[in-house]
Amino acid sequence: MRATSARRVLPGFGLSLGFTLAYLSLVVLIPLAAVFLKSATLSLSAFWDIVSSPRVVATYRLSFGASLLAAAINVVFGLLLAWALVRYSFPFKRLIDALVDLPFALPTAVAGISLTAIYAKNGLLGQFLEPLGIKIAFTPRGILIALIFIGLPFIVRTVQPVIEDLETEFEEAAACLGATRWQTIVRVVLPALLPALLTGFALAFARAVGEYGSVIFIAGNLPMISEITPLIIITKLEQYDYAGATAVASVMLIVSFLLLLLINALQAWTRRSARKG
Amino acid sequence: MGLRRLLALSAVAAAYGVAALTAAGAVKAQTSILNVSYDVSRELYKDVNAAFVPHWKSTSGETIVINQSHGGSSRQALSVIGGLEADVVTMNQSPDVDILVERGGLVAKDWRSHFPHGATPYSTFSVFLVRKANPKQIKNWNDLTRSGLQVIVPNPKTSGNGRYTYLAAWGYALKTQGSEAKAREFVTSLFANVPVLDGGGRGASTTFTQRDVGDVLVTFENEAVALQKEFGSDKFEIVYPSISIDASAPLAVVDKVVDKRGTRKQATAYLEFLFSPTGQEIIARHHFRPRDPAVLARYAERFPKVETFTVEAFLGGWPKVQKEHFADGAIYDQIAVKR
Repeated sequence: MRATSARRVLPGFGLSLGFTLAYLSLVVLIPLAAVFLKSATLSLSAFWDIVSSPRVVATYRLSFGASLLAAAINVVFGLLLAWALVRYSFPFKRLIDALVDLPFALPTAVAGISLTAIYAKNGLLGQFLEPLGIKIAFTPRGILIALIFIGLPFIVRTVQPVIEDLETEFEEAAACLGATRWQTIVRVVLPALLPALLTGFALAFARAVGEYGSVIFIAGNLPMISEITPLIIITKLEQYDYAGATAVASVMLIVSFLLLLLINALQAWTRRSARKG
Repeated sequence: MGLRRLLALSAVAAAYGVAALTAAGAVKAQTSILNVSYDVSRELYKDVNAAFVPHWKSTSGETIVINQSHGGSSRQALSVIGGLEADVVTMNQSPDVDILVERGGLVAKDWRSHFPHGATPYSTFSVFLVRKANPKQIKNWNDLTRSGLQVIVPNPKTSGNGRYTYLAAWGYALKTQGSEAKAREFVTSLFANVPVLDGGGRGASTTFTQRDVGDVLVTFENEAVALQKEFGSDKFEIVYPSISIDASAPLAVVDKVVDKRGTRKQATAYLEFLFSPTGQEIIARHHFRPRDPAVLARYAERFPKVETFTVEAFLGGWPKVQKEHFADGAIYDQIAVKR
């Protein structure tokens, strides 16, 4: 042990790894294990009946679908926002920069209530949208809006530092070598930003899947239409059905974990191919 | 921001957090009892506590602090099971007290016989709140099933209020149309008219009054009166259906907690106070229907007479209702999925 640690350039490997494992177990692994243990009290067929009932399956579709879509929308507009904040200077830039973080700080219930107030048919925006036949509050669209709201800072804050490090010289060089603007963006700028964008996407997605507070106010919560998976879990808990709640929760955890793993793999792959290119 | 400053800041934040957490723990030193209650009883118990504290001082000479905790009734019961040290619980449906008997034996099995009226100091029932002048002419439960009407009800899966509404409609159909099959059709078409299912009673009130959604809100009488008071009777009107469900609010001393903390005397006196004339008076002022006939008579003009039925006598009791209607895959789920 001593011999190996002596060979490392950085000291304290054993200590920091031990601390990492202990901390991760305490904060993440033990609570998650409890979820799986509790759901293991169900027989396999009972477990399957709960997690595959049509009403619950409809919530997976909505929760994962809306979360992926919201994260995707945020990737596009979050990138634009981050780009504008880094590359241009304009009045109140600092203020706008600070505004981006607000969805982090705002209690989610407050966000949900204000979004509902704005998009309801007598609300600030709803009164104009509803006559056009666009209903947002109390429909799945409302859920999407809420998830976009809470996910935005994740994209902006992960991409922003990378854009800051991106030298404008690269773009100038590309232009000098005859690249069009579009080619510069696709071949030079985006590949450099892709890993950060994927990280932001993963964070925004993960946050959206678990989101309860803000969505619940704007969703309408109709079975088969606008119920999200966290609501099903809460509903089961309120009926003292711990096992059923943890069964649905464990499905959610597994799917989220697989999706995040996939995003991480994609990210590693883009990094490698960027290095090769 | 420099790294050093960041570290200093987070150290201050952490110290502050620890201080706040330990301070919350230190309050207990005084004689205090914790009343864990449901969502919309906040205002009622604020007044009750303000009256009980001097009452207890004059009868026992002891200064007492009453702490309150409010939230969805079932969620509150879950917290108590999970270790929230409630000396007394005051809920809005008896399953939320029964669960404390079942899980961990926190409350005595015969809690209903420990206080008068089955340990329910007051009752209320589901009524309709409609928009000014009742444009859709909503008079009774059968009007709620008309197609094209929007009915606002909190989610029966998460809210006692919503559960009572569902059962009231079920009982009405059972009484007027005679069969369970008919009752099922009735609640199916009623819930097909529900455009939003809020988590709790207050959420549904907000949807109806502030978001301007729906033609009628079905909620407890006390909540309907409170809404009418807040927004003015020129905006909303209360409609009393011909029949409704008795929603008696159960309460209990949490034996395990009071024995551990030595607060049984105070906790029992606190709950008994609710049945006293002073307590009943406060209850009536908050538009809950008091048990004391003298108090009820004094506030008679507030409380129009409505025929009510109880879950126990007419629907076979809560365990049966829970199993047949609200359990996963039971009738409510079936009709909700079919919409």
